Amino acid sequence: MGRFHRHPDGTVHSHEHDHDHDHEHDHEHEHRDVGDHSGYTETGTDRVVVLEKILGENDRIADSNRADLSGHGITTVNLMSSPGAGKTTLLARTIPALEGRARIGILEGDIATSLDADALTGLGAAVSLVNTDAGFGGECHLDAIMVRAGLARLPLDELDLLIIENVGNLVCPAEFDVGQDARAMVYAITEGEEKPLKYPVMFRTAEVVVVNKMDLLPHLDFDMGLFRENLARINPDATVIELSARTGEGLEPWVEWLAGVAGIGDSGSVAGEPGQ
Amino acid sequence: MHELSLCSAIADTVREHTAGRRVERVTLQIGYLRQVVPDTLLFCWGFITDGTDLAGSELVVDHIPARISCRACGATTEIDRPILVCGSCDGTDVELISGDEFLVESIDVESVREPTQEIH
Repeated sequence: MGRFHRHPDGTVHSHEHDHDHDHEHDHEHEHRDVGDHSGYTETGTDRVVVLEKILGENDRIADSNRADLSGHGITTVNLMSSPGAGKTTLLARTIPALEGRARIGILEGDIATSLDADALTGLGAAVSLVNTDAGFGGECHLDAIMVRAGLARLPLDELDLLIIENVGNLVCPAEFDVGQDARAMVYAITEGEEKPLKYPVMFRTAEVVVVNKMDLLPHLDFDMGLFRENLARINPDATVIELSARTGEGLEPWVEWLAGVAGIGDSGSVAGEPGQ
Repeated sequence: MHELSLCSAIADTVREHTAGRRVERVTLQIGYLRQVVPDTLLFCWGFITDGTDLAGSELVVDHIPARISCRACGATTEIDRPILVCGSCDGTDVELISGDEFLVESIDVESVREPTQEIH
């Protein structure tokens, strides 16, 4: 992570910088004196130019997570959505569908309760629960530090694919890198066609948008063309996969997308041995 | 929504750079495309610094407009949402120039300078 310095001539540059804050930087200082100057001790203001990323520490830990996961040969997907869009139901369908092709870990983020983690236990994936309510009344997202804690409870040597089920929220999870290789989101057609325009940052970050609850289409006034048009304005490159996690219809393109990012393609080959 | 944790991160950064000196003002650069509510951030700053060494410090947010540059026609467009379409030619081959910033820009600390003449 680079540290940015601004020079007195106004030029700004960044350079690689180990995380060492014990020395003084060559900061630009502006002295803006206050009060009269006749006193024995003057007080004024020094301006320390910092230009440091607010989430720099999170980003550094996210990079460590990414490196550790990659070192174990694990591909990581950060799965995001609004509450109730169907992430957990989708994962309950996905885990058995990849059985024999990829050994899956689930890092389950929830503000409180183990309900979702319980729902996914026993399906053949290793599940690690991270409750985020240790913060002020429950964090609305997973950050890299929480994910790091959750990783310690997973058998990383025995996994090929890690899916991080983020806290249900269309705003905050988009801002926090947790160390994923790819971001995916689940969107339910019950949410309305305008959501990409209302939550553009989330929709912009996703490589794939799973359009869920397609089994409800006959009962809704949902305009798929309008939704796709709105999404294309925000994220023209997103892959769109329509499915119903409840019935399982349309699941295969999603499973193949995951297999693709995990590097096991559509060959159906059995996942590699530990240590590979 | 995540402004409290952002304020904690800002406070950590400020403390790393000020080494116990009294902090008067912290200036942030936040791009228009970041999902931060400045008023909420200011409220959370007061809440999180209350009773600490940073109590009473002022938080200032420099909101940076989002601008895109079109690779096709070269025009620059200011946008207020991340719909990355050139305002001149409707092209979508554009580059985000600014609007993604999320930085602690500067910290104003109280300086105490010794008098030029010593008292004996």
